[in-house]
Amino acid sequence: YGLLDEITNSAEEGMSLTHCNHAAFAVRRFSLWASSFHGSLFPHLTLSSDEMVAEFSQMLDWSDSALRSFAWHPHTDKFAVALLDDSIKIYKSNSSPTPTLKHRCQRSVCALQWKPLCGSALAVACQSCLLIWHVDPASLSTRPSSGCAQVLSHPGHSPITSIAWSPTGSLLVSASPVDTSMMVWDVAAESAVPLQRVGGGGVTYLSWSPDGSRLLAATPSALFRVWETRMWTCERWPCLKGSCQSACWSPDGGCLLLSMQGERVIYALTFSDLTGINNTYSSPVTAFFLMKNHLKQLFCPPFFSGSSFVLRAGDSQADNHPSVIAVFKTRSSPVFELLPCGFVMGEAGAEPRFMQFHPHFQHGALLTVCWSDGRISHVPFYFSSAGLLGGDSPQQALASNTTNPSSNKLYTEQIS
Amino acid sequence: MFSLKQNSWFIRKVVIWRAVASIAWSVLLLPVTTAVFVLLSRFSLFHPIQWISDCTSLLTASSTIFSLVVLCGVVLITGFFNLEFYTLVPSIPCSRMALLGTVLHPRQCVHSLVYCTMGMLVMWCASVTIGGRYSTLGTPCRQSESGEVVTCLNEYHLFLLLAGAFMGYSHSFLGVVQNMYYVSFQPIQQYKYPRFKGCLPMVVKCSVIQALYSARNFAALYFFFGYVPKTWISSTLNLQIDSSLQPLDSLTGLLDFSLLYHLSISGAFLYLTWYLTVLLFRIYVTEFLALQDLALLSQHSLSRRLEVFNLSQPGGHPHNWNAISGECLCLLSELTQRLVAHQDAVASNGRVKSQSASSDTRSASSSSSVVSGTEDIAETPRLSVPLRTPGSVFKSSVGGANRVLTAPFTPDVDSPFSSPAIRRLVGQQDPHSPWSGTVQSPHIMRRGPKLWSASTESQSNGSPPGSPATVPSPPAASQKPSFLAQWLQNRREQVKSFLAKRVLIMYLFNKLPEASSQALFADSQAHIWALQGLSHLVAASFSEDQFGVVQTTLPNILSCLVVLLEAVDRHFKLPHASSKPVRTLCSMGDSTYKTLRFALRAALKTAIYKITTTFGEHLNAVNISTEHRKRLQQFLEFKE
Repeated sequence: YGLLDEITNSAEEGMSLTHCNHAAFAVRRFSLWASSFHGSLFPHLTLSSDEMVAEFSQMLDWSDSALRSFAWHPHTDKFAVALLDDSIKIYKSNSSPTPTLKHRCQRSVCALQWKPLCGSALAVACQSCLLIWHVDPASLSTRPSSGCAQVLSHPGHSPITSIAWSPTGSLLVSASPVDTSMMVWDVAAESAVPLQRVGGGGVTYLSWSPDGSRLLAATPSALFRVWETRMWTCERWPCLKGSCQSACWSPDGGCLLLSMQGERVIYALTFSDLTGINNTYSSPVTAFFLMKNHLKQLFCPPFFSGSSFVLRAGDSQADNHPSVIAVFKTRSSPVFELLPCGFVMGEAGAEPRFMQFHPHFQHGALLTVCWSDGRISHVPFYFSSAGLLGGDSPQQALASNTTNPSSNKLYTEQIS
Repeated sequence: MFSLKQNSWFIRKVVIWRAVASIAWSVLLLPVTTAVFVLLSRFSLFHPIQWISDCTSLLTASSTIFSLVVLCGVVLITGFFNLEFYTLVPSIPCSRMALLGTVLHPRQCVHSLVYCTMGMLVMWCASVTIGGRYSTLGTPCRQSESGEVVTCLNEYHLFLLLAGAFMGYSHSFLGVVQNMYYVSFQPIQQYKYPRFKGCLPMVVKCSVIQALYSARNFAALYFFFGYVPKTWISSTLNLQIDSSLQPLDSLTGLLDFSLLYHLSISGAFLYLTWYLTVLLFRIYVTEFLALQDLALLSQHSLSRRLEVFNLSQPGGHPHNWNAISGECLCLLSELTQRLVAHQDAVASNGRVKSQSASSDTRSASSSSSVVSGTEDIAETPRLSVPLRTPGSVFKSSVGGANRVLTAPFTPDVDSPFSSPAIRRLVGQQDPHSPWSGTVQSPHIMRRGPKLWSASTESQSNGSPPGSPATVPSPPAASQKPSFLAQWLQNRREQVKSFLAKRVLIMYLFNKLPEASSQALFADSQAHIWALQGLSHLVAASFSEDQFGVVQTTLPNILSCLVVLLEAVDRHFKLPHASSKPVRTLCSMGDSTYKTLRFALRAALKTAIYKITTTFGEHLNAVNISTEHRKRLQQFLEFKE
């Protein structure tokens, strides 16, 4: 209301302009009323910026979590972790230095993602803007200067809670729960194309299908959209109940798994018209939490042909029970199937907050879990038979849940 | 200036029709904007019913209809200018002198004059529509001493008319400075209607902001110099100046809220009319282009990729792939040469010499020859270049060349045939254009006409990543300097150094930082698409290429990309090359061209990564030189 304030102030000075003064007040009243009405229509708009990030972040209990976000590099053994103090650390598999990224705009980091087909660029969703760090992998510096970061911002587009690079790395899409349009960034040109759809009141979560042909955009209300990325038109999916919490795509982009708030069911959407994708990956790996009677997170690594499916059941404090992540196999052909497979136990008192599969693990599957006590553990799965079909079972490291918060030993003894 | 004669088929058959469609839509939108303007201009908060009824009666009045006809004329002229002036390669003046030259260029002067007139026309319509004290230039008034009724000058009307002329000129001027006629491409493709809807708020915002700025500037200008046109008009038209009214070129006269309000909304209406026309033109003209099509559909369509990798029947030659890769590589190696030439020039002199122009036509054309007349002719065929029609026009032009595959095309399958249009993109060196001799080596020129002939051997042999290395040497005279020439040279240097000491001259002729860098990459959108299309095709060939068509050219492609990468890397080490331009927040001028070099670098790296990640260790079997292999190894290890 800065402008209106100014108008009223300046109007008060002029004697002859009293009716303008009245008009400004009326407009102000009206806008206040409209915003409150809007807020009652979309309750999330009444939240503060931090609350909103905590609500829509993929990290559970974001506000008190020691780890704010986590991201594997899509091609190499390298990951980035955002910490509570808003710094980002980058760990690599060999003993090279671990750069720490800090920037004055880097506050309330909600999501991280490495640019595909690029060795250096890391996108960071912050409270006020979007940062693109260019961390030279060859450099030995541990504190890259803030000159290495591009700041992308658009008025009205903050806080940003989700980002997604296109699989070819040419576009970056960002979403904010308060902005009804999502931004398609041409990062090098620092220009954005807004794609606006009013229904839903904002966009909370984005997920690009691995073949790049579709993009899921979840909204804070019971509605999500699936955009096709050739002409950028969208399909509207009014959900049954609650908003879409998390989602993952099968590696061929033909199947989308969704979890809804307040429901214990996974929805699967299959898309039949695959555009020129060779359908060799028959069975994706899927993982998700079951969080207080609703599924919170689903994960599914690309380029992977094994099958597992992870689920965390129960409230650990109540039962005085270690948390459990259940692993399921999935198979997408001929029909989509989920088969129970086993469990990964957490340590007593620790809850999983975030999970991600290593996108490029040659020997099988590597599930990385961020725990509530600030540790990151890597759980490798090996497949006994070499076949690509979904019948192979992981030799699970279930009991010995190998946790190594320092990342110099990225992989556990089972690999070496 | 009006050079519609000598352009190629898609200007005649595609661009003109697109422009006509966009103008038609702008005309159709006019009643809507006019209605909104009428509503706003008669706005009264306390008498809403009277306000609405006033407006409806006004909208059906004959004067409004006449205004609409005038406005239609304005829109038509604007559309014509859009068509005439639009460019895909922005002209980037490298010094202030060049900028001045552009602004004072006769073509630009005509443009400014026409826009001033149009501004006055629109403002006349606006003042008639607003009515009341603004409606006519002459008003009856009573002279104070004698009491008889005479016609006096209506200063409010004059004020609005002059404001229109001022806004017209500033629009024309800013059009040059901000490259208003530069048409850029969105990173994503959208249908026209959603795109228009998405851009509309931005356009409205821009026109309002621009109108407020212009209103402020004009008010200041009128305050100081308003008496000049006022006395001139009143003396020529024999109108009295009403002394009972407050003159407008005084502080109290200008601090009239309703006058400023009407000035601002009329200005916003004026700018909106122009901006909408520009926006619709941009949207229409940037649809479905050859290289963009290649970049997008090489990614999306399996069937069209298979078409590319196919062999010709009979004969078994990979014509399609050879044509596509040849053109893309040509384009890229031409960029490499341009960069290398620029670097050489910089290295030898500390900054770009004008002599380097002979080997570096593009940068020269934008830096030095902006003033010269040839540029205008040269530019028009270039702009049109990458446009392509879907459908019949296109097929007919292709049919002869690609007889083998003429059979029933669906519009979807014709990606391999987008190559004729790509050719045209490179085929900028068609012999009629004044560029041809200098842009590329004669080698390419010679090849040019043959591109569509049946002789494929020469094509596949001569497909030229490295071949066009023969940059035309500077004129022979300079190689054997006579004594006289030497003396002249010395004199010139002396004059130069003398002039360089004068501050004003320095100011005017100094290189603008970044400008030469921007100028080098001014047309890089085509290169970016070529990179994307090529890398997608090569990556897809890993699994889809049954005949090994791509393998034969893979070493060429890789070395071409690596050489270009080295050139780009070196370019970014030059001063000012890696500094980011300041972003202008709200203007209709598109500033995408300022960051094209960054986009090109990112696209190049992504393209190489795309190929290296797909091929992986198999790249070691490809026959390329050791240092290139070393560079590619960096990519394989994700160390770039």
